[in-house]
Amino acid sequence: MDWVNAIAQGILLGGLYALFAAGLSLIFGVMRLVNIAHGDLIVAAAYLALTIVQITGLHPFAAAIIVVPLMALFGYILQRLLLNPTLGKDFLSPLLVTFGLSVILQNGLLAGFTADSRRLSAGAIETASFDIMPGLTLGALPLLMFVVAVAVIAGLEVIFSRTSLGRAFRATSDDAEIAQLMALDHHHVYGLAMALSAGIVAIAGIFLAIRTNFDPASGPARLIFGFEAVIIGGLGNLWGTLAGGVVLGVSQTLGAQISPGWQLLAGHLVFFLVLGLRPRGLFPRMD
Amino acid sequence: MSQQSIAAGLSRRRLIKAGAAAAVLPAVFRIGPSHAADVIRIGHVAPLTGPLAAFGEPVPYVLQQMANRFKNGLNVGGKTYAIEILNRDTESNANRASEVTADLILRDEVRLLLAASTFETVNPVADQAELNGVPGVTADCPWQSYIFGRHGDPKKGFTWTYHFFWGLEDATATYVGLWKSVDTNKIVGGLFPNDADGNAWGDPDHPGALKQSCARNGFKLIDGGRFTPGIEDYSAQISAFQKAGVDIVSGVLAPPDFGVFWQQAAQQKFRPKIVTVAKALLFPSVITAIGDRADGLSTEVWWSPNHPFKSGLTGESAHDMNAAYEKATSRPWTQPMGFKHALFEVAADVLGRTANVDDPASILDALKTTNYASVVGLIRWNNPELKNICKTPVVAGQWVKGPKGFELVICDNSSAPQIPVAGKLRLLS
Repeated sequence: MDWVNAIAQGILLGGLYALFAAGLSLIFGVMRLVNIAHGDLIVAAAYLALTIVQITGLHPFAAAIIVVPLMALFGYILQRLLLNPTLGKDFLSPLLVTFGLSVILQNGLLAGFTADSRRLSAGAIETASFDIMPGLTLGALPLLMFVVAVAVIAGLEVIFSRTSLGRAFRATSDDAEIAQLMALDHHHVYGLAMALSAGIVAIAGIFLAIRTNFDPASGPARLIFGFEAVIIGGLGNLWGTLAGGVVLGVSQTLGAQISPGWQLLAGHLVFFLVLGLRPRGLFPRMD
Repeated sequence: MSQQSIAAGLSRRRLIKAGAAAAVLPAVFRIGPSHAADVIRIGHVAPLTGPLAAFGEPVPYVLQQMANRFKNGLNVGGKTYAIEILNRDTESNANRASEVTADLILRDEVRLLLAASTFETVNPVADQAELNGVPGVTADCPWQSYIFGRHGDPKKGFTWTYHFFWGLEDATATYVGLWKSVDTNKIVGGLFPNDADGNAWGDPDHPGALKQSCARNGFKLIDGGRFTPGIEDYSAQISAFQKAGVDIVSGVLAPPDFGVFWQQAAQQKFRPKIVTVAKALLFPSVITAIGDRADGLSTEVWWSPNHPFKSGLTGESAHDMNAAYEKATSRPWTQPMGFKHALFEVAADVLGRTANVDDPASILDALKTTNYASVVGLIRWNNPELKNICKTPVVAGQWVKGPKGFELVICDNSSAPQIPVAGKLRLLS
């Protein structure tokens, strides 16, 4: 029964990782940008949600209606003003810019919100759970996070495959210069991709804030599992990111069943194994 | 001439850096009459940014207090010296702490080094002080992490560096004392991450650590294993605790890790009667953030408004000091403040008794013979079994939700009977 429970908890944990990773995966897929500040953006979104909840008194989930568009707008401006000028020349300069952004975000949040540990309260759903069978109890919040992660990724897939925006993303991703010849302004397309990513970041930020205490320095720890999920799943594949998150989550909880010290190690080992055997991930979609 | 060359050599980057630092806190506090020809420089190192920033929160307030206190300088052997406090941020990073301390010693030539807040701050500062022969006083880190973290031996001690705080044996004794005060099945679940704190608290071979302390008092410890800090899932620990019928949860966790554990415990319907956790539950902001489910959690208390101590420097009691802090900053009192304040008290006491402040050995002589009543208790280094260590009291308290928010009520004083107990431990529902 322990093993069944471990696998179930691991799958739900995978939803969390996929939610943290979806925005990262999207950005990498469209513009090959590794966003080091992704974790700090999630924390910044959490603070934004906190501020809005404090001002309006809305439930954290309802606050998403305001937080998501605000973050998307911020993402668009960030891309147009800061990241676009660094793209294209080489791989390193955008990486360094996002690294700098990460430092600025952490210290800006510290100056604005102090080092206090904060949290958002979502009420009874935080501790609610469903008894599936004896020895297997699933938390309502992890379950909701998993469902939202699946919905976000399904939504992204629809945008990518069915809409003209998705066509623009794919075209720019394949060859930005040719896409430009077809009258696609790749600066604008990149801006929209970052806006979409920042919107997902906002959702991840709200869940982070409900899940546990956060402070301005909580960001970087969120990044590593996101990266691993993206790489295990395969670069450029959004469903792959979800699969990668689940593989990572399940290997961690199974590792913990063997010995608590193995929890993260097992995840890292699986990541390492995937890198060694299939360097492009389990379900790669791009060259 | 030198003035000019400094101005010319000031690069844009340094100017920006200096400007950014000044916006937060001045790097140098020069205090005292401007005509005083001689200056005593004191280096103070603390985490002001990064994950440990909550520990550094009282620093600006304490520095301001010191600026008021020393506005007429410090009298040493009939001569008045101006005091210059050089305050440095570790950015919560041990390497950075080491670097800024080396700069304070070699470039700024400080006479005395002060540092507090966790082994990540204290150990690198003390190591640099020891290496360069500068007297150093540190606080706020269990002595085991301080001595063993620096590869020291409590019987041999160190030459230049002195420390005051409690030890694990005191903390675990008061934890067990707290648990004994109520009726449970005496089965304890331990959460010890694989870091310096978790390994020290969870060490089965250390007589002061939790396992042996439990065993001596008829409690049984179920060890949750050395998991990596920052894990997002505690289902393995929770199901192990449930299977063993754990009534009491203890350990040493960072606040976000405790938050994840405590929420998942509720989801998995694991409802212990007592939760006494070190580190995570120190700060009122953490407790307020957890909300209603923080009511009844318990932790160790190293300093509180109810500690019966007075500052020998300002005459202020712990109670008045906390009240003044809350009034000045509109923020709740926190435990690290007393120790930050006490560091400067000890510094003033030591320098005041020094024969020749230009001679580090003379300052060290005064430091060795310290016998000073500070706001965190009596400071003197006279225990031959624990050289260079002065133990200050630690008790256990419970967070209780009242009309004015959460309050930390002291419920056990088995390792420090001089601290008054204010209430009885209440079981979590």
